[in-house]
Amino acid sequence: MTPEELQTLAARGQEKFAHYKHVLNVCMESGCVSSRSDTVADALDKEIAKRGAKEQICIKRVGCLCSCAQGPMVSQDDGKVLYKEVKAEDAGAILDAVGSKPVSRLQMPADHPFFTKQLRVVREHAGKFDPEDLEDSIRVGAYHGLMKVLTQMTPAEVIAEITTSGLRGRGGAGFPTGLKWSTVAKAGNPTKYIVCNGDEGDPGAFMDRSVMEGDPHRVLEGMAIAAYAVGAQKGVIYVRAEYPLAVKRLTRAINQATRQELLGANILGTKFGFTVEIRLGAGAFVCGEETALLASIEGRRGLPRPRPPFPANSGLYNCPTLINNVETFANIAPIINKGGAWFSKIGTAKSKGTKLFALTGKIVNTGLIEVPMGISLREIIFDMGGGIPDGRKFKAVQTGGPSGGCIPEKHLDIPVDYESLASVGSIMGSGGMIVMDDTSNMVDVARFFMDFCASESCGKCVPCRVGTYHMHEILRRINDGEGTSADLMLLRELCDTVKTTSLCGLGQTAPNPVLSTLRYFEQEYLDLISRAEATRAAAGDGHSKKAAGTTGLEVTL
Amino acid sequence: MSVMTVQSLTLKIDGKDVSCQAGQTILEVAREHDIEIPTLCWLDGLTLWGGCRLCVVEVAGSPKLFAACGTACAEGMEVTTNSERLQKYRKTIVEMLFSERNHVCAVCVSNGHCELQSMAQKLGVNHVHLPYRYPKLTVDSSNDRFRLDHNRCILCTRCVRVCGEIEGAHTKDVKGRGINSQIINDLDQPWGESETCTGCAKCVHVCPTGALTERGTAVAEMNKKRQFLPYLTLMRENDK
Repeated sequence: MTPEELQTLAARGQEKFAHYKHVLNVCMESGCVSSRSDTVADALDKEIAKRGAKEQICIKRVGCLCSCAQGPMVSQDDGKVLYKEVKAEDAGAILDAVGSKPVSRLQMPADHPFFTKQLRVVREHAGKFDPEDLEDSIRVGAYHGLMKVLTQMTPAEVIAEITTSGLRGRGGAGFPTGLKWSTVAKAGNPTKYIVCNGDEGDPGAFMDRSVMEGDPHRVLEGMAIAAYAVGAQKGVIYVRAEYPLAVKRLTRAINQATRQELLGANILGTKFGFTVEIRLGAGAFVCGEETALLASIEGRRGLPRPRPPFPANSGLYNCPTLINNVETFANIAPIINKGGAWFSKIGTAKSKGTKLFALTGKIVNTGLIEVPMGISLREIIFDMGGGIPDGRKFKAVQTGGPSGGCIPEKHLDIPVDYESLASVGSIMGSGGMIVMDDTSNMVDVARFFMDFCASESCGKCVPCRVGTYHMHEILRRINDGEGTSADLMLLRELCDTVKTTSLCGLGQTAPNPVLSTLRYFEQEYLDLISRAEATRAAAGDGHSKKAAGTTGLEVTL
Repeated sequence: MSVMTVQSLTLKIDGKDVSCQAGQTILEVAREHDIEIPTLCWLDGLTLWGGCRLCVVEVAGSPKLFAACGTACAEGMEVTTNSERLQKYRKTIVEMLFSERNHVCAVCVSNGHCELQSMAQKLGVNHVHLPYRYPKLTVDSSNDRFRLDHNRCILCTRCVRVCGEIEGAHTKDVKGRGINSQIINDLDQPWGESETCTGCAKCVHVCPTGALTERGTAVAEMNKKRQFLPYLTLMRENDK
């Protein structure tokens, strides 16, 4: 395909849909599909055929429409009317309402802050086109950034543009993307690799899944632009096998793009060549750590190794390797299309652009949101999320998954950016945001995350392997009413040792949920311990490790 | 033809000015200058593992700790190898190892020549303040000549590395993960039934503890004979 053909294809896509009076978009991402949005789309198709309205109304199977808990979601005319919890039986009613008054029993207010406060950069087109249709993807702008890069820019200019944008890695640590790219570009080896980290493993996080399912071509385009900028020839997308739909869509997208010479030996008729393959992760959380991920791609045990050397110098098969997260790659095309300067105007001084968050937990509106950096947590939770359901009180919000921390009410007004979240003891992480109400037991929350870290520890280094086990045991004891004040001291000591001496990010951040709950909710730990001590004293056995239940009586069977 | 020149660097280790070649690790240079940094997983001649974390050192200007075995020296670096803070971490790590499995020195065949035991003595670990796990672990005595006792294993993977890298048999590997990791032979078969094991005993002699031992009765038989490793490493380097 030549650049001219790409433009023709885009124009053809425009034409293809221009004659429809109305478009009904049905969400076909994992969340909605699990509540059978596929049957809704089929029912709509059937109903339209029955009414002979095939030339007036178009049914599209699209990416995420954000309000994941209220699926299946249907959007009419690009979000003018939104329907929630649609069932196959509603097809007739929805079609009756097209062009007249919307079906009120299914309608969602499209002007709710949940939608209006979002700023879409990564997901600018998601939910408006069929991700399985290359023509429709190109219609909304796919591969235009790649075309611009290949026809008008030098690799150095591309890196300069990314550096200007101020984009930082969306995998959690926030390393400046431009700097990473230029390090790989300067590495001497002629063989280089691009790796896309799609091993999203945080409990409650589904941002990357949504990007891969809803706009796979954008991820491929970002990777191809990166390959051109750093001089790489091969790319690998590492996706966890628990995301079958993402794997299916990515595979399809790679095949489509390769057939149309948007990937392959001579991309868009130029001499630049780049191929992409998919590797499936077998479900180890530690494989999200870059050196473990590379080992896994190479077919070895997914264990991290000491850095340096960093993958930028010696990565996949000992070649310079650029590893970025899915969301980072999805940010590349808009930066190229609209310019780094445009991108750098969004967000705060040190954190530019937008961030995807998976808003879950005890909150009215659950779903996927994209917000500008610098928005406050309060706005996200209370305006967009609609606050806490059942009249309960807000207690804490957990960001950054098992590597992050719990943020209490008093810090809700901090802006969401890398530094501010770190200053209150949490991290940006990949974008999980779990809201908890006043029924949550914070010791149990810490125990849950420590259980996760202990079972996901690879076992290579001693502090993480043994330390997370002991920390989990202590947390379990305290939570089960068997704790002592010595336990608390030991817990703090272990947090320090594991954080400071572990080999990789998993161990170094595993104590964070404990440290942040100790920082803001220490009283809950103390209450549980003093209750346990009182129980033991009442039982007349101060040394017994076993708490004898709330009655203080041992039951002999 | 240009001659390859190796850059030399100077740095400070524990206040002592030392010089080294670019690419050398802190551990190598420290040992060259008789500065003791404790290690358990590291062994000269095997690839870097970086798992025991006992060799962590402080580098001036960074709040983070660095594993001396895997950190290259840099010009002007100021390294501290033995601060009070480091001693505390090292003691805790050794205690973690003792609490993890059943290291009962008094009845261990390696009592008196065990690296974990001597490490504990050197670091002043006179008691373990972490609760013991007391896991139920097996002993593999299926091999006529050797014994694998998981109770004494610290998962340093020296045996895995020597078997794969030096002997080339790759009989040994690790199964499971986290606290459930365990050394295995072949695809988790009894050692005696292994078809790949050459019976070279290299794994036994690099093992720092009583996890891998030769079957014998005398105390002297339990001494690890490790002279082969530097010899084979040297031969291999000369071959290059």
